[in-house]
Amino acid sequence: MKFAIVEFPGSNCDHDAYYAAKHVLGQQAEFIWHKDTDLHGADVVVLPGGFSYGDYLRTGAIARFSPIMTRVREFADAGGPVIGICNGFQVLLEAGLLEGALLSNRRLKFLCQHVHVRVEQTDTPFTCGAAVGQVLKLPIAHGEGNYYAAPETVAAIEANRQVLFRYCAADGAVSDAANPNGSLAAIAGVCNAARNVVGLMPHPERACESVLGSADGRVVLESAVAALTV
Amino acid sequence: MKTKVFVTLKPSVFDPQGKTIVDALRSMGYTAVQDVRQGKYFELDVEAGSTDEARSMVAEVAEKLLANPVIESYRVEVDDERSQETGDSLSASRTSSSSAKSTHV
Repeated sequence: MKFAIVEFPGSNCDHDAYYAAKHVLGQQAEFIWHKDTDLHGADVVVLPGGFSYGDYLRTGAIARFSPIMTRVREFADAGGPVIGICNGFQVLLEAGLLEGALLSNRRLKFLCQHVHVRVEQTDTPFTCGAAVGQVLKLPIAHGEGNYYAAPETVAAIEANRQVLFRYCAADGAVSDAANPNGSLAAIAGVCNAARNVVGLMPHPERACESVLGSADGRVVLESAVAALTV
Repeated sequence: MKTKVFVTLKPSVFDPQGKTIVDALRSMGYTAVQDVRQGKYFELDVEAGSTDEARSMVAEVAEKLLANPVIESYRVEVDDERSQETGDSLSASRTSSSSAKSTHV
């Protein structure tokens, strides 16, 4: 199967995603320039991390208008699996493909560290290979990862089980101390109502080999392969 | 035509930058400052046949791009007329208060 890795000007985790898909998972992978208007027959779309358009205006605010985003939206609407990682998550939120917004981290610091997240739901193409309650050690690297949504929106996505990942301690316990950026309800990742579009701030693609400090991220991309192979 | 757009975080949204500024001001001795909310200010020079046209186009731009309706509100000013329009992006309302148009001359 084929992963499309969308490259915006300023993307910088595109090669990590490509490497993880192609060389760790042994799948096909192709970079798609943001001005392209075709996904080249991809089975999975990845919007990678980085600083698209220099984070000007708001993170992801300009990238959402890139020509490829029309195709990404059609692909998502047709049920295709789409994952936005870090800046890609920000783009999906700005595009309205996911609900909520990401504010500056509560202590305003750019955070570059490993964190733990707990898998909350497994009925999505990017979590189906994990177990509910499984704790993943993943890196974060962001200045705007503080998830926010209006209280009624948070209530709705909780009720619909759209929160997929929550920041937690190594033992899986959610607490304010284990919440690096102030995200509401410790939300680290969500999906849309149809469950095929997923966004998260941590970087699973950068944690696919133990030499990198953790291989826990592998399950996220492997889930997509499993979901499409079944 | 000169127009201005002010984008601010909604009152319900925590503003860590504003909070940091308040803390700094307090430490400088300005204890009277109760709160600071940081926002963005845009100047748009637009071609338009009338101030109404300019206002409605700039409000549309604010709604679509300059502000994120999930977290921000915006306010549009058209200089020539010194008129104002406020928009709460959440309800996508662009209720131009026509009475305000000719308030200042």
